Amino acid sequence: MEALTTPIGCKMLEIKDLTVEVEGKEIISDFNLCIERGEVHVLFGPNGCGKTTLLMTILGIPAYKVKKGDITFNGVDITDFPTNERVKLGMGMSFQHPPEIRGVKLGDMVNIALGRKGEKIDESVIELAKKLNISVDFLNRDVNLGFSGGEVKRSEILQLLAQAPSFLMFDEPDSGVDVENIELIGDLMNELMGRDEILSKRERSGLIITHSGFILNYIKPDRAHVMLNGRIACSGIPEEVAKHIMKEGFERCVKLCGAKVCAE
Amino acid sequence: MNEEIIERAQRAKVKKALLGEDVDIEYYTTETNEHEALTSLGEISEEYKQNLLDAGIDPSEKDRSGSFLQRDRSVIFSRAKYPGLELMSTTDAIKKYDWLKEYLWKAIPVDMDKYTAEVELDQTHGYFIRSEAGSKVTMPVQSCLFITSDKIRQNVHNIVIAEENSELHLITGCSVSHTVDSALHLGVSEFYVKKGAKITFTMVHNWGGGIEVRPRSAVVIEDDGVYISNYILMTPVKSLQMFPTTYCVGRNARATSQSIVYATNDAKIDMGSRAVLQGEGSRAEIISRVIATDNAKVIARGDVFGEAADAKGHIECRGLMLSDTATIDSIPELKATRRDLELSHEAAVGKIAEEEIQYLMARGLSEDEATSVIIRGFLNVDITGLPDALAKETKKMFDMSLEKVM
Ligand SMILES: Nc1ncnc2c1ncn2[C@@H]1O[C@H](COP(=O)(O)OP(=O)(O)O)[C@@H](O)[C@H]1O
Ligand SMILES: [Mg+2]
Repeated sequence: MEALTTPIGCKMLEIKDLTVEVEGKEIISDFNLCIERGEVHVLFGPNGCGKTTLLMTILGIPAYKVKKGDITFNGVDITDFPTNERVKLGMGMSFQHPPEIRGVKLGDMVNIALGRKGEKIDESVIELAKKLNISVDFLNRDVNLGFSGGEVKRSEILQLLAQAPSFLMFDEPDSGVDVENIELIGDLMNELMGRDEILSKRERSGLIITHSGFILNYIKPDRAHVMLNGRIACSGIPEEVAKHIMKEGFERCVKLCGAKVCAE
Repeated sequence: MNEEIIERAQRAKVKKALLGEDVDIEYYTTETNEHEALTSLGEISEEYKQNLLDAGIDPSEKDRSGSFLQRDRSVIFSRAKYPGLELMSTTDAIKKYDWLKEYLWKAIPVDMDKYTAEVELDQTHGYFIRSEAGSKVTMPVQSCLFITSDKIRQNVHNIVIAEENSELHLITGCSVSHTVDSALHLGVSEFYVKKGAKITFTMVHNWGGGIEVRPRSAVVIEDDGVYISNYILMTPVKSLQMFPTTYCVGRNARATSQSIVYATNDAKIDMGSRAVLQGEGSRAEIISRVIATDNAKVIARGDVFGEAADAKGHIECRGLMLSDTATIDSIPELKATRRDLELSHEAAVGKIAEEEIQYLMARGLSEDEATSVIIRGFLNVDITGLPDALAKETKKMFDMSLEKVM
């Protein structure tokens, strides 16, 4: 077990003393996190502990108000950047509950993510969609309107494939996904985060939220954190942390971590 | 017969319309120069060409089965290029065909209000379009009602007839020259869809901020007939009130009406569609998308009256508010007079959801770009039932109109 301080020389994402309010309520408090270039972290935590809030804040969604602290991305302080500026710098996110937009097709979203807004849904989009078993008909549906849980996840991954960010956030990519597609999603997440590269060549980083931990059958993150009440309660080796959570629950895992069970 | 009609019109001369602000007809003049006829639509002056294009009219006449252009109170061009299609000024048609009296004022009562009365008492042309029995005119006919003289009133009476098992696609553009500050357009349109026939009617209104518009339209659909109307209004208008009625009188008659309205400035718009389902198994669908910004006031109506067995009607009315000083008043109405039918409606009015903007920004768009994508999506109604080329054309018109407002 290591101290909950920020390591020196965070290359990709650094969050320092972050306090976030939503609708006047403090959800995240004095939060610290560092993700190095090439690293993938996984964040566990019970429902309502603030995981989605953290990702939304990193992405700069205005309803999530930073009261204190700052977020640095590739050495740039982005705390006050609008979302699209952060995206330009290389951030991308798979949303847990993305909104429905009437009249805007999934294919249109893919074109937008490809940086070619308003263009036809052509072969390049169709080819990309094939990777996710998404049909042309599905590309022509209004985005998220009547999508099943699993379809939402695949649609999000497809948009990220088009966007090709260097820092990827996945908010519960495994919830509601059927067994046939979970492996596919895992493979594509690995591809997106450049996990097939050898360690020294990994340029992309990721932060994955998972409640169930299913996705960890397919992805091997470098570090795991447990979030409780808006703070990181403990950190450690993903397999170890996951094992303790499965067996003992979140609170107990934190205690065990305290007793150095999760230590690297 | 004719006397009786004139007499009824005379009596209705001061009869105010049930809906819409009252227009002072006499404020607008009937005095205007006659304009010289053209030998091809392409001869229209450069100055006016853009006005035509803006209203979806192609001056090259390419891919059109016929073209009609009325400037102010003169028909300056009329040509049908396709066998089985007739196209001329209604005034000429009345002279030519005695039987036309079976159609004039049969779908709309001449004494409906002072506007219908005015059109009867001082009619200035309008178009007569007819597809002969069995002829499928898949290439669209284009007609344009164009105002270029200030302060005039244009009183057109249009008659469109699709004879049995024929097919007719009509693009109508209404446009006004930028030199015109004010004008009144009164348009009576009567559509007759005979047994097994189909009419699609795509209308682009491209008025100006000083124009008052009072169309009066009705459609009669016989057995297995199909009528599809697409209406686009994206440019300013002073005031517009219309409530076209479609009578599905025949068995399995089908009517679809789609309207896209982007109301700006101080526009006062009261519009909607009414469908009366009188034929067994007849169907109607009324779809509207209304955006209101600035100080625009929009009333969006939709009525479906079910009067026959197995009739089905649906209204889908969505409004998007872009300003706190605009209003949208959505009024769907369903009326059933028997048990064995099905009528439904959905209506929603709201603002752009912040979440949707954020989602698009998370894919790289700026806030303004995101807003425009959402607006475009909101107005994007997939038009079904048009021939492919016309569907593409309509999409193009829609995109062009949208480009201008955004
Ligand atoms: N937009 C919001 N408005 C009000 N409360 C919110 C909003 N978003 C999140 N919250 C609250 O913040 C807390 C954390 O939520 P969230 O970050 O979604 O948790 P998690 O993703 O860990 O389940 C919850 O108590 C939730 O109710
Ligand atoms: Mg969540």
